[in-house]
Amino acid sequence: MITFENVSKRYLRKHALSDVNVTIPEGKIIGLVGSNGSGKSTFMKMIAGLVAPSEGKVMIDQESVSRRTANKVAYLSELDAYYSFFSVKETIDFFASQFQDFDLEKANDIIAFMEVDPSQKVKHLSKGNRGRLKIALTLAREVPIILMDEPLSGLDPMVRDSIVKGLLSFIDLEKQTVIITTHEVTEIEPLLETVIAIRNGKVLALEDVETIRERDRMRIVEWLKKMYQEEA
Amino acid sequence: MGEEFNPSKPIYLQLVDRISWEIIKGERKTGEKLPSVREMAIQSGVNPNTVSRTYNELERMEIVETKRGQGTFVTEQKEKLVELREQLKINHIQNFIEEMKQMGFSSEDMIEGIRTYVTNEKENES
Repeated sequence: MITFENVSKRYLRKHALSDVNVTIPEGKIIGLVGSNGSGKSTFMKMIAGLVAPSEGKVMIDQESVSRRTANKVAYLSELDAYYSFFSVKETIDFFASQFQDFDLEKANDIIAFMEVDPSQKVKHLSKGNRGRLKIALTLAREVPIILMDEPLSGLDPMVRDSIVKGLLSFIDLEKQTVIITTHEVTEIEPLLETVIAIRNGKVLALEDVETIRERDRMRIVEWLKKMYQEEA
Repeated sequence: MGEEFNPSKPIYLQLVDRISWEIIKGERKTGEKLPSVREMAIQSGVNPNTVSRTYNELERMEIVETKRGQGTFVTEQKEKLVELREQLKINHIQNFIEEMKQMGFSSEDMIEGIRTYVTNEKENES
């Protein structure tokens, strides 16, 4: 379980997060939604231990986030950070050598499932296949928390579809929690069980998506707009 | 990308409706195994927990049965399926009447309309 306790983060004078208190439930696919600059990436990086809070505590299973909790979290960054001269297979082997929890067989299965050629050099991959490779590298780690920052951004509908199917095929919600940020929220709406709305570094709400449909009769985007208006 | 869902109704209930419909139409036969939760999630692009909830609801309605370690099956109790078919009939009639009322038609208008429609259809067939 992930808990934010009075968490703030300042970059010089800019508040990226301010006084966030939230407990994130386990075993769900959770969407973290908010406009650009609302603090989504900072939120994710804090769980991954890549950004430290200026105030407050981020905890995973009652333990403050640190190098020790890093082995519970797989983080898919918005950016590409791979050696372009590696082939797909070499990249996978490299990741396997870096993470004890990396399941090599699973990585190869995902790559095969998504029909990426393992012998191709990373620099020669299409953007879609780089996206698929990133997903494979993230999902192949046997960890309880998977963070995906904009896994669909800039990819065409076919690639997005194969990524969603890959995600559904290779996660295990009995053991794993997935947090996704995306601008394509309508597209993955049926995938999300819970959403967290974030605005100007503040968490506005954590809500069950089926409840939003039933009670508010809204899509997530409409609900988010409503939350933003109420807050403004 | 998966299928389209109505944004103002829980997806688990939409899946319940869809699967019920498939059973009544005979696309899923009595005693037939339903896809596993994961397969169904992948096919429809829906959260696996939502699919579990759908299966639980179908089980509560006694339309499907879960056999431990084997999966979920369409019930072999024919009377349950007859009940379901009747229920779906009533639901459709309710929706029809609700919409006709909103357009300002009376019950007599509706019955007369249905009678005329059915008669015309029969004539066209013969």
